Amino acid sequence: MSGLAGLYSQQFKTSLSMMLQYRASLVIWLISHVLDPLVYLVVWTTVSRSSGGSVGGFGAAEFAAYFIVLMLVNHVTYTWIMFEYEYRVRHGSFSFALLRPVHPIHSDLADNVSSKIITMPLILAAAAILALVFRPVFHLSAWAVVAFMPALLLAFAVRFLVEWTLALAAFWTTRVSAINQVYFIAALFLSGQMAPLSLLPAPLRLAATVLPFRWTTSFPVELLLGRVGGNDALIGLCVQAGWIVVCLFLLRFVWRAGVRVYSAVGA
Amino acid sequence: MMETAPAIRVRDLRKTYVVSERDAGAAAALRSLVNRRTREVAAVDGISFELAAGEVVGFLGPNGAGKTTTLKMLSGLLHPSGGEVSVLGHAPSRREKDFLRQITLVMGQRNQLVWDIPAADSFELNRAIYRIPRPEFRQTLDELEALLELGPLMGKPVRTLSLGERMKCEIAAALLHRPKVVFLDEPTIGLDVTMQRRIRSFLAEYNQRYGATILLTSHYMADVEALCRRVLVIHHGRLLFDGELAALVQRFTAHKTIVVRLEDCTTDLSVYGEVVSCDEGLATLRVAKNLTARVTERLLADLPVVDLTVEDPPIEEVIERVFAQGTAQGTAT
Repeated sequence: MSGLAGLYSQQFKTSLSMMLQYRASLVIWLISHVLDPLVYLVVWTTVSRSSGGSVGGFGAAEFAAYFIVLMLVNHVTYTWIMFEYEYRVRHGSFSFALLRPVHPIHSDLADNVSSKIITMPLILAAAAILALVFRPVFHLSAWAVVAFMPALLLAFAVRFLVEWTLALAAFWTTRVSAINQVYFIAALFLSGQMAPLSLLPAPLRLAATVLPFRWTTSFPVELLLGRVGGNDALIGLCVQAGWIVVCLFLLRFVWRAGVRVYSAVGA
Repeated sequence: MMETAPAIRVRDLRKTYVVSERDAGAAAALRSLVNRRTREVAAVDGISFELAAGEVVGFLGPNGAGKTTTLKMLSGLLHPSGGEVSVLGHAPSRREKDFLRQITLVMGQRNQLVWDIPAADSFELNRAIYRIPRPEFRQTLDELEALLELGPLMGKPVRTLSLGERMKCEIAAALLHRPKVVFLDEPTIGLDVTMQRRIRSFLAEYNQRYGATILLTSHYMADVEALCRRVLVIHHGRLLFDGELAALVQRFTAHKTIVVRLEDCTTDLSVYGEVVSCDEGLATLRVAKNLTARVTERLLADLPVVDLTVEDPPIEEVIERVFAQGTAQGTAT
């Protein structure tokens, strides 16, 4: 394990070095990550005001709380692996990953976590500014705050594994961008990024719960904002753990099949 | 016993690709949507060879002969369609960690270095990936730095390096873990002559120092002549020749070149052999190999010879002949 720890710490330095190479792109990245929730926040605040101060139990202050927490949670859980894989397979750089005596998921995980740690202060500062402007109201309870941390980490694990597995589609088709597009649109609606899931029609809500989407982003947000009961919180954590097991199994299977395909047709 | 075991053993190795094909034009494109025609292409068609530990062998063949496909099968990137491969006692396609730690593959046209950061950072990443102990890493890096003159390059982002500079860094990155088996696919492609020579002498040095087994492909015969006593010649996926470079020349050349310097060049030399060129007293003759001794004798006896040398034709010419014969055989069968 000390070898893997060495890899993770070295990857951290590499990621840092890469991000500092492109300071401008770091700013652009930050803007895009703040702009997205900001747009929805403004839209929903306006809607709630025009419909008498509240939509489905969300007033302007609750929407502000929801989208600010969502921004932070999304920052922790998001990945860019699906774009990355398309590039790797297309440019043949994936061959080098296969030549190394380490499963490539470790480098990806290390890179992801490193980048998150490096950008965390920026996104926290952005959240603080948004909080000053939009004056969110939080109904925090001690147990929910405690349960939030594992829910957040599990959400990251579920999302990372789901997207890493989906990214392997690049082995079968060179047009992965279409698959990515479908996934991202589904995620936009079903993981609570456009609106709180409780505001969605029942069938969509059901889809979000049955599929992994709610568990990758929305669930920890709901939990922290006090919109999940004690029992449901426990069940939610178990569902997340269950998805991780399922995904690990799937990933192993798809990875092997993918490498077989890759090494059958040539790199 | 361990020393005598071959580092690489290949038996009847095959790789068949399924390619889809269609005629040109929109109609054909539409047809191929419903009815896709596929064809099997044998990229490697049953080759066998062995490499002893520490050998440096050149792998020659025209584009599309199956060289890269073979190297990829040897390094575990491609699954063979048939036959057996064993490298250091491992089946490469299983990609066992113990196997991957002992080999490397350098592809002249692809890069493993991270584009946006200095090579030194990529080296550090490789140190972590291959779990190279610090002191060993430091020592290897110092050696590579000296041999390849990396010093001033290491701190610059890789994207700002020239092709040759990048290649030197690529090779260094690929050898940091001191692999016992090194596969090189066109390591000098696109480089100028000085850089080619530098990389060549480096590879020779690496082979000497670590006793590494090296299999390399190159379009530059100078690479092969400088590094490899033995060559494998592959064409249309089949092995045409396996042996010493000198023997290849022997076998595939029917002619020798005689260069004579004469006191005067008025004599008609065509009675001795085919005159390739003749000016200012220097004549070049092409003579059938079995006649070389006799013609030389006659030239020396008949003419006022100042100097005379007998040469094999340039290696490029020999290789061209090998491929030409291979094509003839390929179409005959």
